[in-house]
Amino acid sequence: MAYNEPITELGEGTLVSKGTSFREITEIVSKVTEQKAPRGWWILFGISATFTAVLGATVGYLVWTGIGVWGNNSPVAWAWDITNFVWWIGIGHAGTLISAVLYLFRQYWRTAINRFSEAMTIFAVICALLFPTIHTGRPWFIYYPLPIPNSMNMWPNFKSPLLWDVFAVSTYFTVSLLFWYVGLIPDFATLRDRATHKVRRWIYGFLALGWRGSNRHWSNYERSYLILAALSTPLVLSVHSVVSFDFATSVEPGWHTTIFPPYFVAGAVFSGFAMVMTLLLIARTVYGLHDLVRIRHLELMNKIMLTTGSLVGYAYAMEFFIAWYSGNPYERYVFINRATGDYWWAYWSMITCNVISPQLFWFKKLRRSIPVMFVVSIIINIGMWFERFVIIVTSLHNDYLPSAWGNFSPTLFDITTFLGSLGLFFTAFLLFLRWMPMIAIAEVKMVIPEADPHYHPEGGHGHDGSPHQMDEEHDAATAEATPKAKADEEEE
Amino acid sequence: MAAETESAPVEARPLIYLAEYDSPADVMHAAEAVRDAGYKRWDVHTPFPVHGMDGAMGLKDSAVGWIVLAMGLTGCTTAFLLMWWTNGIDYPIVIGGKPGFSLPSMIPVMFELTILLSAFGAVFGMLGINQLPKHHHPVFYSERFERCSDDKFFISIEAADEEFDLEETRSLLEGTHPTHIELIQEETS
Repeated sequence: MAYNEPITELGEGTLVSKGTSFREITEIVSKVTEQKAPRGWWILFGISATFTAVLGATVGYLVWTGIGVWGNNSPVAWAWDITNFVWWIGIGHAGTLISAVLYLFRQYWRTAINRFSEAMTIFAVICALLFPTIHTGRPWFIYYPLPIPNSMNMWPNFKSPLLWDVFAVSTYFTVSLLFWYVGLIPDFATLRDRATHKVRRWIYGFLALGWRGSNRHWSNYERSYLILAALSTPLVLSVHSVVSFDFATSVEPGWHTTIFPPYFVAGAVFSGFAMVMTLLLIARTVYGLHDLVRIRHLELMNKIMLTTGSLVGYAYAMEFFIAWYSGNPYERYVFINRATGDYWWAYWSMITCNVISPQLFWFKKLRRSIPVMFVVSIIINIGMWFERFVIIVTSLHNDYLPSAWGNFSPTLFDITTFLGSLGLFFTAFLLFLRWMPMIAIAEVKMVIPEADPHYHPEGGHGHDGSPHQMDEEHDAATAEATPKAKADEEEE
Repeated sequence: MAAETESAPVEARPLIYLAEYDSPADVMHAAEAVRDAGYKRWDVHTPFPVHGMDGAMGLKDSAVGWIVLAMGLTGCTTAFLLMWWTNGIDYPIVIGGKPGFSLPSMIPVMFELTILLSAFGAVFGMLGINQLPKHHHPVFYSERFERCSDDKFFISIEAADEEFDLEETRSLLEGTHPTHIELIQEETS
């Protein structure tokens, strides 16, 4: 990350509101963790904590009684819990995409949202891991997939995609956590240096590992960060691919297809960006982060959602085409059944939410409208949940022999586990907002013009002064700095 | 160290010079001057990485990549050996008519372990080279240094450097137009 001049021809604006100083960046981000939480935070936290308690009670009852308390049955053995697993893990993917892939592509606008989305990744993966764990029915045997010598002398079957999943998801969680923490170290140092209370200073000091902004350290730090980004990029693509192998390597009609890995990855990024958007819009409004998270950031995210949403739409169409083209009657039946059978409403909800709703972002006005993007992001989250539901339930409930067909309907405990996992996610996220720097302070400082060693405030220093001048000209020329855009920003 | 404190029991022992600057450009020019003066044990402290500073300090390329390479190869090999031995040699079980040892099915786990160990190498290798965590350092004795993680830029020259001289080092730093110079001393009694 470094400051680079906005390309006026592409309509780029500055990444941070003009005139924001290093000090102000520190201040805007740090003060959130230093002041008392606003009332809105307490209300949301109260609701989330209640749902988390519901989750605890549900899981307790479920483990005590058995997973029969869920609606899962013989043909539909995976149902909501695997739907939730895939949904949560997909949401996590946007965090890694923003932090790693956009870093490699030098998309500097990511600095405003990467910390945030990485946190979201961690919490989403925790929620995801919850589901397969309790789906085992006996979570105390969850260590079985690990290659640990045991009294049965048996080893896990490394040819099973479910085992690949164990390795993929646990690696993903660990690497995401490390990536997140490495990014946090300099910012913990900032909070440590600002701390007035001894305990606060001690805790942030402990977490900052004694960071002293040394350039000898930064040199290794940046290399390490770059390598982590380079490692996370194939990792994030592999994780949802491996998740899709759970389906694709089976011989179930509707699952056994080669399009699954890219289709799942696109869907994951799609849903993840939607979740980042939902959370970001709330936090931006509550904490007044308008100078750091600008309309431009949101617009770029909406463009990514439009792209991935269309990719997902293409995948839906291609699945249908291949089902017909394969000439396989079971395959054909499953797809016709998806669109017109018992679960037609789920299928058409999926199409409406995922394919049609993001098309609104073709229009610049809608792409830059906060209420529109907030509503669409929630619709996409719902749609992506339906996608996983459709894939899992419709394929399983009517597959080959009509004598083995069946239907699925959720019980109260299915619903409370799902809502409870949302509670857990939001509880963790709200605690993160309260106690950690939610925007990468050091990284945002790097993308303002003053961070460039060739920057000269007076502007009249020959060639060296030009970036600032260009910046002035450019800002006047683009919508970002016009009074109208300013008014737009203030309206929310 | 103990001998030194005994020889000068009353005086404070100089540890480090700390010069403060307002902008990346100032600290960069200062770093070039300190580098050219031949100092070895000195450092630049900035709130964010300033690009071009490695050159201004005359630093070598980071070695983190080599650690990552070694760890990645270890991860890949470990995964291969683990699966080959457990499923292929120690207790082959025929499932779906597949051979015990089968390379294609081993790719995902080999890939994941490569990434996992590489990531450990990148993070812990970086911390190792940087000798972190290290919660005590002379620069932390300075109250002004608290701004280093905010908006100020510093150069520190250690008294342990061979070129270090209370007067000469000070005049070198003064020549780089810092906003403040501080000598940090260890209080001995």
